[in-house]
Amino acid sequence: MSNSESAVVSGHPLVKGEVGPGCAKVDPIVVADHVTRQFGGLKAVDVDHLEIPRGQITALIGPNGAGKTTMFNLLTGFDKPNTGTWEFDGKSLAGVPAFKVARAGMVRTFQLTKSLGRLSVLQNMLLGATGQKGEKLIASLFKPIWRKQEEENTARADDLLARFKLDAKREDYAASLSGGQRKLLEMARALMSKPELIMLDEPMAGVNPALTQSLLGHIKNLKSDGTTVLFVEHDMHMVTHISDWVVVMAEGRVVAEGPPESVMKDPAVIDAYLGAHHDEDLGDLMEDGPNPVLEAERKAREAHPEIEESPGWAENPTPPTAEEKQA
Amino acid sequence: MDWGNIFGNAVGEIISPTTAAYALAAIGLGIHFGYTGLLNFGQAAFLLIGAYAFAIPTLAGAPLIVAILCAIACSVIFAFILGIPTLRLRADYLAIVTIAAAEVVRYIVTTTGLTDFTGAANGLSGFKGTFAAINPIPEGRYGFGPFSYNEYDWWVRIVGWSLVVLASLLVWLLMRSPWGRVVKGIREDEDAVRSLGKNVYSYKMQALILGGGLGSIAGIVFILPRAVQPANYTTGLTFFIWTIMLLGGAATIFGPIVGSMIFWVVLSLTQGVLYGAIESGALSFISTTQAGQIRFILVGVALMLLVIFRPQGIFGNKKELSFSV
Repeated sequence: MSNSESAVVSGHPLVKGEVGPGCAKVDPIVVADHVTRQFGGLKAVDVDHLEIPRGQITALIGPNGAGKTTMFNLLTGFDKPNTGTWEFDGKSLAGVPAFKVARAGMVRTFQLTKSLGRLSVLQNMLLGATGQKGEKLIASLFKPIWRKQEEENTARADDLLARFKLDAKREDYAASLSGGQRKLLEMARALMSKPELIMLDEPMAGVNPALTQSLLGHIKNLKSDGTTVLFVEHDMHMVTHISDWVVVMAEGRVVAEGPPESVMKDPAVIDAYLGAHHDEDLGDLMEDGPNPVLEAERKAREAHPEIEESPGWAENPTPPTAEEKQA
Repeated sequence: MDWGNIFGNAVGEIISPTTAAYALAAIGLGIHFGYTGLLNFGQAAFLLIGAYAFAIPTLAGAPLIVAILCAIACSVIFAFILGIPTLRLRADYLAIVTIAAAEVVRYIVTTTGLTDFTGAANGLSGFKGTFAAINPIPEGRYGFGPFSYNEYDWWVRIVGWSLVVLASLLVWLLMRSPWGRVVKGIREDEDAVRSLGKNVYSYKMQALILGGGLGSIAGIVFILPRAVQPANYTTGLTFFIWTIMLLGGAATIFGPIVGSMIFWVVLSLTQGVLYGAIESGALSFISTTQAGQIRFILVGVALMLLVIFRPQGIFGNKKELSFSV
């Protein structure tokens, strides 16, 4: 499909060259090529080329059955593609088992929340920590080997639980949490591993509006901490408010991508979502207020016009390294 | 009816080596099912392998330690054979494979072609020498009342229950550690644990080997007071071990021990009472053989009542099971 009639302006600070489906990014964290996955006669995913910009919040949207979750499963090793290769941070992750993908720094959550019901909230959190000495069979028998690390992880977990307002539930079984709290717990648990890229599969599904606001805040905080976020979502308000970049899938393909304000007006997107005969502009949905992310970008551009001229645009020209994040 | 004798026998079951062996096997099964969520319906096979892999080298003249190591090594190999093809699949597949494998190994040791090694249907005996030789207790009869045994019987009881204590300690140490947290996470949802960067397959294999290893040690303890009989290792044995584990509470430390004690005391009591009633003429419509079968009908009914009315077992946490996960 072509973008010639669309409202997308060619060129964007995150993009090398033209904006369009499969366009190259200035600083991609994930690069996928020719990824296909077939279920019987149905090609659930058929993505020629996709790049996810580093340090940004990218939304993956599309109608039901577009292949978004399948794409998530493929990238994270939970499903095997028929063809395709992809790189994360320059390392090829094609055919790598799911647990190694997570160890590489690419951690996901699930559409149907997978909280570990008969473990306490704190135990759920501690499970997310990586490189635990006490997780080795022999070492686990000797508490002095892992006690200190366990204390450090507990402190981190308590900190995250407080941020996600789950600290009061610390000792409760995860099964006793509400659906929305489980979403929060799953996200907090994924953050225990200090991921480079966090992939959230419908973080807002089933979450009440009050919690939605705080979840949005958490996701924005992730970006300011230097974590790249990729999320699947149906809620257009969320997509337009917090994402820097939107990738639209339909029938397994990437049909459009671009900054949220223009991609919503893209006829390919309206087509995919609402069918060819619908004449309502998806962009109407974002008319209810200024997008704070875009506002911030605009102000930053005004304050530092020199950035405009440099080829690479990013709010954080150099995302913090793992050591800086720990500090 | 001789009530003193009936109660004496029943109380004696509390510390009998058979009770210890069943407790050990149930501790192993607790690692599988209670903590890791592995549906092992072939624990009898691990006991069988422990028994034969101990008895055959001993009869061939191997020292005690070699025979024990042989039993453990064989159970590890067996766990790999079971685990490699099935642990990547859903839990149900392990259940099917284990129940089939348990029958396969029982038929193998029963075949007449292997009579020279396994004694076929007659089993094996005469392998107690190396174990009795290291008995530090001088010859004689010790104890009081129902707990009066000779030096060998005490030796078997002491070793058997020491192993139960050691195994319980091992499980307690493991399950309070991050390792235990990972396997409990796998029980709840293995994909979630995978998404957090844990090698689920490897943890499941470790749990299968550990629990199976305890099963094979249970197999050794089980045969020390008796002969090796292939007929002892039917699926019935597996289900008794399941009953014991569920009775005490699947993911508990003391559950398997107390479960085993209750199981054997109740079996002994019902046998004593039924036989006594038949002999005294109070029960005239069944024979003692039939009474033996009725005991096991009662076990089945008890197991059903247990999972319906107290699924968490005696020591289990009611709250933990009140969630439909």
